Amino acid sequence: MADAHAHTDHSGASHGSVGSYLTGFVISVLLTVAAFGIVMAHSFSPSGTIAAIAILAAVQVVVHLVFFLHMNTSSEQRWNVMAFAFTVLTVFVLVVGTLFIMHDTSINMMSR
Amino acid sequence: MAHDMTADAAHAHDEHHESPVVFGFWLYLMTDCIIFGTLFAVFSVLRTQFAGGPTGKDVFELGGVGIETAILLLSSITYGFGMICAHQNKVGALRGWLGITFLLGLGFLFMEIREFSHMVAEGNGPDRSAFLSAFFTLVGTHGLHVTCGLLWMAVLIVQTGGQTVLSERMTNKLTCLSLFWHFLDIVWICVFTFVYLMSVI
Amino acid sequence: MLGKLSWSDIPIDVPILVGTFAGAAIAGLAVLGLITYYGKWGYLWKEWFTSVDHKRLGVMYIVLALVALFRGFADAIMMRSQLALAYAGNPGYLPPHHYDQIFSAHGTIMIFFMAMAFMTGLMNVIVPLQIGARDVAFPFLNSLSFWMTTISFVLINVSLFIGEFSQCGWLAYPPLSEQQFSPGVGVDYYIWAVQLSGVGTLLTGVNFFTTIVKMRAPGMTFMKMPVFTWTIFCTSVLIMLSFPILTVALGLLGLDRYLGMHFFTNDGGGNQMLYLSVIWGWGHPEVYILVLPAFGAFSEITQTFSRKPLFGYNTMVYATCSIMVLSMVVWLHHFFTMGAGANVNTFFGIMTMIIAIPTGVKIFNWLFTMYKGRVEFHATMYWVIGFMITFTIGGMTGVMLAIPAADFVLHNSLFVIAHFHNVIIGGVYFGYVAAMNFWFPKAFGFKLNEAWGKRAFWLWFVGFYFAFMPLYVLGFEGMTRRMNHYDNPEWYPWLLVAEAGAVMIALGIVCQLTQLYVSIRDRNLAENRDLTGDPWNARTLEWSTSSPPPFYNFAVVPAVHDLDAFAHDKEAGIDTRAAGSNYQPIHMPKNTAAGFFVGMFSLILGFAAVWWIWWLAAVGLIGVIATVIARSSNNDVDYYVPASEVARIENEHTRNLLAAQAAE
Repeated sequence: MADAHAHTDHSGASHGSVGSYLTGFVISVLLTVAAFGIVMAHSFSPSGTIAAIAILAAVQVVVHLVFFLHMNTSSEQRWNVMAFAFTVLTVFVLVVGTLFIMHDTSINMMSR
Repeated sequence: MAHDMTADAAHAHDEHHESPVVFGFWLYLMTDCIIFGTLFAVFSVLRTQFAGGPTGKDVFELGGVGIETAILLLSSITYGFGMICAHQNKVGALRGWLGITFLLGLGFLFMEIREFSHMVAEGNGPDRSAFLSAFFTLVGTHGLHVTCGLLWMAVLIVQTGGQTVLSERMTNKLTCLSLFWHFLDIVWICVFTFVYLMSVI
Repeated sequence: MLGKLSWSDIPIDVPILVGTFAGAAIAGLAVLGLITYYGKWGYLWKEWFTSVDHKRLGVMYIVLALVALFRGFADAIMMRSQLALAYAGNPGYLPPHHYDQIFSAHGTIMIFFMAMAFMTGLMNVIVPLQIGARDVAFPFLNSLSFWMTTISFVLINVSLFIGEFSQCGWLAYPPLSEQQFSPGVGVDYYIWAVQLSGVGTLLTGVNFFTTIVKMRAPGMTFMKMPVFTWTIFCTSVLIMLSFPILTVALGLLGLDRYLGMHFFTNDGGGNQMLYLSVIWGWGHPEVYILVLPAFGAFSEITQTFSRKPLFGYNTMVYATCSIMVLSMVVWLHHFFTMGAGANVNTFFGIMTMIIAIPTGVKIFNWLFTMYKGRVEFHATMYWVIGFMITFTIGGMTGVMLAIPAADFVLHNSLFVIAHFHNVIIGGVYFGYVAAMNFWFPKAFGFKLNEAWGKRAFWLWFVGFYFAFMPLYVLGFEGMTRRMNHYDNPEWYPWLLVAEAGAVMIALGIVCQLTQLYVSIRDRNLAENRDLTGDPWNARTLEWSTSSPPPFYNFAVVPAVHDLDAFAHDKEAGIDTRAAGSNYQPIHMPKNTAAGFFVGMFSLILGFAAVWWIWWLAAVGLIGVIATVIARSSNNDVDYYVPASEVARIENEHTRNLLAAQAAE
């Protein structure tokens, strides 16, 4: 099923089929329901819940990228993927860096 | 030399070179991604600054958020079906799917505005605490993007009217909007996970 | 009806401003009158204002940058004069309220409208030519970017005469910049001007990245790309990664001010330190956005005037790329003293020192390029050598500031001011001026006068040392920045020296203007005209077409076989212009006024939002949206230049070329 979305046109953007969209949709629904369910059911410890829903979100982002945005490793998409990877890296640096700095500052300044 | 061959071949190909529009738009989306990334960073720093005001647990209703999520997810595949029609030049069906997507987007926006106005009416507006400022700004920025997407979609529905074959320029525009729309869905995944769900744990 | 705006906001009681206004009005009316007198409005509108040609937009950007330089320098010399006067009880001639606006405007204008506009202008003129493209990827967006930058500069200057400008420094730190402590419209002017110009800059980044990735001439692989194009590539990446952060930082500050939110306020759980972290997330990459293109220009100029290929092309590329990556992880060194712990400060201090390594690699590459080369001491080369000396000093003081313990002593002192002027004047400005001298004949078809160029250089170079070396001393003596008046007798002589330096720099600017005037006056003298298109015997593709290039740049898209494609072709005896060949029709974009109108509506939006005139802001916003939709519905956006027209232009150029060769 996963190969149903592999059609790539000359402009570097590929487009999917009904099958690929439905596959992505079903997986996304399952992941979303799982995330909401875990939180609402209080079945894990708080830190466990946070880890679980963060992982589910990361997986769902990948599912969307593959099935809806048709990202793949073909050469036409190389620059798109590279741009995305660099962006993710930057966002990671920003979020982690900001939290690192602000957390450390608030401890040192005894402001929180 | 080998690369001379490819140079000449590429040269011959150059006369009908592809449009860089979709790639350029993808880059724009990456910059948008940084905007949201920064907003998430700000939210994660300020998420416990309640200033004596309500916490996430007090103001968030997961039921509504679940419905919003469902609407947005559904609108992603309805747009996808529209794109399939676009690639087969079925303009009528394309406009139909765009119309459905538009209505779903409008429904999402309606629910979000209702949620916001409820909170403001109860005195929990964005000026209540840093936590609420960050919440309204992050979710509101997503909502603003949805609004722009809807405006764009309406324009495309009008512009595709009366056409039987889609021009390359029109297909590019539809592709760009599809990237935009799916991208907003990805942002929403992060919103419901890191804003709503994490705040009620 | 008019929001906060009333007659009392027009500062007719401040003589300096009234004088400035009168001067600006007379000069403006004179320019408008001259254009009308010579009947040039139609020409300006059709050929320039609505142009989507990257070369024309580039020239307009540089004109904008020179106007901004004039405004920003006027602010600078006013500050220096104030500090040369305001000693021991003398209040000087600028009250703090006014002085604070001046230093805020100086920084904002010099970074956003002088340096950024100059850089964008250079990359517009050069990059498409250098990679053998006919235009940028999105010519309309390019025009839009230009107008967004221009109207933002207009908005900042409107603040001179209607209301006031920000008094919070060029980055408007909260809580001072919050509504509570800055209730006027100054900060709002700052926010809207910077935000609107940020739209233009971001689109430029997307545009040039796409152009470089997708539109290089066939055969030009990445490692055959000229160094200047490489630096613009990295700069575009940094623009795309960092300008959204600025948008968010200023957007949140605006929300605090307009909607009473609590991001950076003292109360309500807000956190001012968060603003520092976010805005420097943009601010540090911005430094490299500015300086990387200057590095690229130095590389091109050094290799051309040393008559040998660049030493260590590969290391130059790797150094540029590592600077690009490292510049994203050093932002905390701007606020070591904020209170983060030793672990945070150590990390960012070390990262900052590491970034000096690739920069040092570049310096050695330029030196080794000159070593055993036949260096021609052209005026352009003066700026390059002046840069190498000055920038190295600035880099070393930068490493000093990267030591957190030392930074605790030097933070917020004039040492910091001296350091960043040392790298921004010595690195960025010298680089852009060198680039302007170098590429001027390409854009206009005649050379800049060398004698005046050298005079300008010496005045700038010596003036810089007089103006800023004293600030290092003053920093050690404990003088803080942004000070309005002082009593310390030890500082006074140093500030007089600095004032003298500022006057020398003013004379340097006069020499630059004279250089432009003399060059335009003598443009038809045989020794000044550039008929070959290659006045310096240079190495890269932009010199293979005529000067100024035809609007389609290349009649036949060149095929690239090697690094320094044009040098390779010259050595191999290949006729790069393929003169007399069978020309094909050329696909070109049509001019459009849409960018101009979006800009004007944005200006209305910005001005109305500053003054809370909401109906007018709505008019501006709807105007922007309507123009964009109208543009997207217009299918008549491009055309083909017929082959016969191409042949006519190319044959004319060949005739000129032959005539020039016969004259030699």
